[in-house]
Amino acid sequence: MKQVFKRPETLIKTTNHFCPGCHHGTAHRLIAEAIDLFQISDSTVGVAGVGCGVFLYDYLALDVCEAPHGRAPAVATGLKRVHPENIVFTYQGDGDLAAIGMSEIIHTANRGENITVIFINNCVYGMTGGQMAPTTLSGQKTTTSPQGRDYAYDGYPIRMTEMLAALDGVAFAARVAVNKPATLNKAGQAVNKAFEMQINKMGLSFVEILSACPTNWGMTPSESLRRIEAEMIPFYPLGIFKEKK
Amino acid sequence: MQKVIIDEARCKACGYCVSACPKSLIELGDSINQLGYQPAFFLKEREDECTSCALCAQMCPDVLIEVFKEEKNK
Amino acid sequence: MEDRVMLKGSVALAEGALAAGCRYYFGYPITPQNDIPEYLSMHMRDRGGVFIQAESEIASINMLLGAAAAGARTMTSSSGPGISLMQEGLSYMAGSELPCVVVNITRSGPGLGGISATQGDYNQATCGGGHGDYSLIVLAPSSVQEMYDLAIKAFELADKYRNPAMILGDAILGQMKEPVLLVEPKSLSYEKPWALTGAKGRKPQRVKSLYLQDGDMEVHNLKLAAKYRRLAEEDTMVEVDMDDGAEIAVVAFGSCARIVISAVDAAREEGMRVAYVRPITLFPFPSAAIRDVSSRVGKVLTVEMNTGQMVRDVRLAAAPGSEVHLLAKPGGALPTPQLILEEMKKLLRQGAESK
Repeated sequence: MKQVFKRPETLIKTTNHFCPGCHHGTAHRLIAEAIDLFQISDSTVGVAGVGCGVFLYDYLALDVCEAPHGRAPAVATGLKRVHPENIVFTYQGDGDLAAIGMSEIIHTANRGENITVIFINNCVYGMTGGQMAPTTLSGQKTTTSPQGRDYAYDGYPIRMTEMLAALDGVAFAARVAVNKPATLNKAGQAVNKAFEMQINKMGLSFVEILSACPTNWGMTPSESLRRIEAEMIPFYPLGIFKEKK
Repeated sequence: MQKVIIDEARCKACGYCVSACPKSLIELGDSINQLGYQPAFFLKEREDECTSCALCAQMCPDVLIEVFKEEKNK
Repeated sequence: MEDRVMLKGSVALAEGALAAGCRYYFGYPITPQNDIPEYLSMHMRDRGGVFIQAESEIASINMLLGAAAAGARTMTSSSGPGISLMQEGLSYMAGSELPCVVVNITRSGPGLGGISATQGDYNQATCGGGHGDYSLIVLAPSSVQEMYDLAIKAFELADKYRNPAMILGDAILGQMKEPVLLVEPKSLSYEKPWALTGAKGRKPQRVKSLYLQDGDMEVHNLKLAAKYRRLAEEDTMVEVDMDDGAEIAVVAFGSCARIVISAVDAAREEGMRVAYVRPITLFPFPSAAIRDVSSRVGKVLTVEMNTGQMVRDVRLAAAPGSEVHLLAKPGGALPTPQLILEEMKKLLRQGAESK
């Protein structure tokens, strides 16, 4: 018998504390697979944002730095400028990156810092108990939009990948999902590509991963997969929006 | 050795593997593990039907599934 | 013949940072400190370092966090409003035990305030400023020479204690020109085995300030507190100049201390016996020196360019039975030596009357 699927080396074997169906575990695996593929675990430093993603260091066997909320791209800039030979990536949720951290991601991308940004978009603030995020969709009930998000009152969701793709400093901008094998496969390819772009010093590489947050959506895990397909993907289209050659 | 090995002690019964398997060879069981969930288990008795596609393992967010494939002698 | 150069305070500070081996500057423009980033935008890069004009002070302090986590000596500079924005980052760096140097060339405030020099950021610098149980190491230069020397000292102390260090200057010190002796520091490096450099040949490490498990936060807080006690024991700096039988002590820091010296000189010429105390580290505050002087002199006049901030620490440290008085000059106005001398005489007369 030949083993055709096993845990990547860089992914620590531990009990996953996240909620059932949470896609952080999947995202961690994709990152670990990319790091194993390019054999860069010795020289990679991760920057964890604030949110459920902060526990990055419990799951990936890498040097990891905690950043204040939203500031991971700035922290990554400092790390990368001191050790340009290291591979540096940030791991951020939708509050961290698209709310409080909006300035840092735009300007870090604008400077073309040679880092990788992994953006977990689950349309809600997870860690803090389910408040509205800049990525929350119309009608979605959250603890701070209990009547459902109303674009006229609450503003519109932000499509980060399209916005960042417009900046010259961005080398790679892709949006993927992990709700079913077909999308999951492409997600893995995009994450690999993002790290490869950094290794080749192309500029900032950005991958937005549409993910489930069953607990704060008030859904079962299976229902949340259906929501990604039926609601999220139509609003946040999948694809590679920019790829410098 | 089984084709699909699930770490049932750590399973949180999200059900992604169950819906991923094209042959419906994984189900959520009745037993309760230490974490308090009723973990997924592989239907050993139907192992012959498993093609080792590993979609179950790919979909598991906790990376609890190992998949093996029979090597055909050429 | 040693190198003595005529330099502006801000430039002397920048040169001190370079002499200390700082090769990473991240900052944002704000009056009255722009000489520092402007000088370093050329000279940092000339010496093989990195200069980034960041998008904000928030981004700046976080770039410092990353560079410090990577093991580098790194610096930013700003003024009051920008330092306010950096408080979160400073708290995180203190909690994560990261070294860095932050320069405040103080203007007036609160709010947008004005651009002339005050000492109104004393509280912000010494009483945390950011959230949680931590302190900054705070150094207060009083001359262009000290802008150079204390810049070097700040990097050493930051590395020694793994804590952010602040240089609390002001617009006067930043702009004035004096001769400076550019002494190369003796030792430049501290081992930083904790730095994040990629986990080659060792276990992965983390730089963090999150402590969620029961009891862990208390252990960490007590560890930091012990560090600050050691800092106070080993690295408090103060200048004391006391006449025998001194009847009054004057306490001041920074540029205000320069004006006080003129008043003290004038007082001595008139036959007064005076003590002069100039805190150089504002944190750790030289409480022992204040207690000692106040126990022998009895009357203490604090002169500062704000509405009364350092005077609180002077009062806390002063010996029982001593009197602490305040001459406050806020808003960018400067006390004159005459004003200070008159205040000293008034206090001495009051004492004589009440006897």
